[in-house]
Amino acid sequence: MAEAAAAPALQLDGVTCTFPSPDGRGRSYTAVQGASFTVADGEFVSIVGPTGSGKSTMLNVAAGLLKPSEGRALSFGQPVTGINPKAGYMFQAEALMPWKSALDNVAAGLEFRGVSKAEARERALPWLSRVGLEGFGDRFPHQLSGGMRKRVALAQTLIVDPKIILMDEPFSALDVQTRQMMENELLDLWAADRKSVVFITHDLEEAIAMSDRVLVLSAGPGARLIGEYRIDLDRPRDVAEIRMTPQFLALHKEIWGQLRDEVLKGYAQTKLR
Amino acid sequence: MRSHAKRLPSRPVILLLQLGVLIAFFLIWHVLTDTKILSPFFFGTPGAVLARTWADFVSGVIWYHLGITLLETALAFVIGTVAGIAFGFWFARAPLVSLVFDPYIKAINALPRVVLAPIFALWLGLGIWSKVALGVTLVFFIVFFNVYQGVKEVSPVVLANARMLGASSRDLFRHVYLPSALSWVFSSLHTAVGFAMVGAVVGEYLGSAAGLGYRIHQAEGVFDTVGVFSGMLVLTIFVVLIDAAVTMIEKRLLHWRPQDTSGGQH
Repeated sequence: MAEAAAAPALQLDGVTCTFPSPDGRGRSYTAVQGASFTVADGEFVSIVGPTGSGKSTMLNVAAGLLKPSEGRALSFGQPVTGINPKAGYMFQAEALMPWKSALDNVAAGLEFRGVSKAEARERALPWLSRVGLEGFGDRFPHQLSGGMRKRVALAQTLIVDPKIILMDEPFSALDVQTRQMMENELLDLWAADRKSVVFITHDLEEAIAMSDRVLVLSAGPGARLIGEYRIDLDRPRDVAEIRMTPQFLALHKEIWGQLRDEVLKGYAQTKLR
Repeated sequence: MRSHAKRLPSRPVILLLQLGVLIAFFLIWHVLTDTKILSPFFFGTPGAVLARTWADFVSGVIWYHLGITLLETALAFVIGTVAGIAFGFWFARAPLVSLVFDPYIKAINALPRVVLAPIFALWLGLGIWSKVALGVTLVFFIVFFNVYQGVKEVSPVVLANARMLGASSRDLFRHVYLPSALSWVFSSLHTAVGFAMVGAVVGEYLGSAAGLGYRIHQAEGVFDTVGVFSGMLVLTIFVVLIDAAVTMIEKRLLHWRPQDTSGGQH
């Protein structure tokens, strides 16, 4: 990898996150143990792992929302201290401001950057149509469907032009059809200006269909990165069609062979709790 | 929910039924007092009460007292709300302050506010300000607790999202905390306005020279039951009108919220 010329969009160095236990008995809970990986500029990387494996924790470290107990995160060569200004974050849960209309939600990031309200709205309009929501600008989040809210969130994240986009199971709450549409749209938007993406999911098929590289995380607590797979499928891809190709199935079989054991371990853990 | 409910009659029919209840109430009252089952001296008669109320409005005496009560209510509401918002924010954003003052806030809130009325009359005289003060002590706590809750209950995801989008702490206040807190304030608007009114009327009742509470107290002093009931009738109409106005304001300001909930958040 070229060093100084192109610093990776994201680099995690031995990141360990330990939380005090919820019952306050002093026994602490280690979510992530010594995670190290890099994401190159313009690369689409997915992280898969069983539930409770600390996937979101790693993303929060990359975003600067969480300070790791050990290790460090670098973004484009800069250590992440406080909010990572180069990162956009798409959350799993509802993150839109319910008191703002769709248009104002999209415009919010620009307003926070000192753009006047009128100009921010004007620049938000084309983003609404890019995510297929032309004419829905004056609706409030509760008046939109789950898929539409995700589109607003996507436009809201992209309008401030982040260099790296962190996505935490952004489509997990959607039905299969809507989800595949959103995945294709995301790939189109991504292909247009090749930002780096870190995409977290528990769905291996989604991970393979979208990414350049898939990282596998072990079951928690103390989750570690245990596998790395390069996905050399042709682009542009259609997430629904690519699932039928022999290369896809071969990759799926290979990665699932490793992931299955972790999923079973993770399942046993949740049952114990 | 509506689709699962039993088929209910249309709105005009319900309005008619509601009107029927009112008429039935006055009729029963009339029959019982007319046949002397209930003594007209102790229970008045609906005819006399309506006639007295009408006369008061026509002669214009009542307007002055209504105006005074309305002014006290408005002042108590505005002062109590502004103070409640300010303190609610402060306490929610400063955990140490809220921890230290917590038992005292609870203690003062547990105190029946009526006992403060004579003290306020002593401190602030028999004019409107002793009533405003009583109303403020009632309104303040409702707004305070709601703002405190509103700021505390801001979704951490919405907050993190705004921060990732580049919001400064001033932006967070303006775009996240304030709208969230205000939605809680507005959801308690009915209670707050009602309490401002209670403060005003109870204050007047316990010592004053004007207002609806004063009128009722005067009537009671001379065993004028018709006067008492007439005062209560005016008060009721007044409260219903204010409540309708509050509902209108609420609809206008909280249009971003789903309509199907029963006033609570989420």
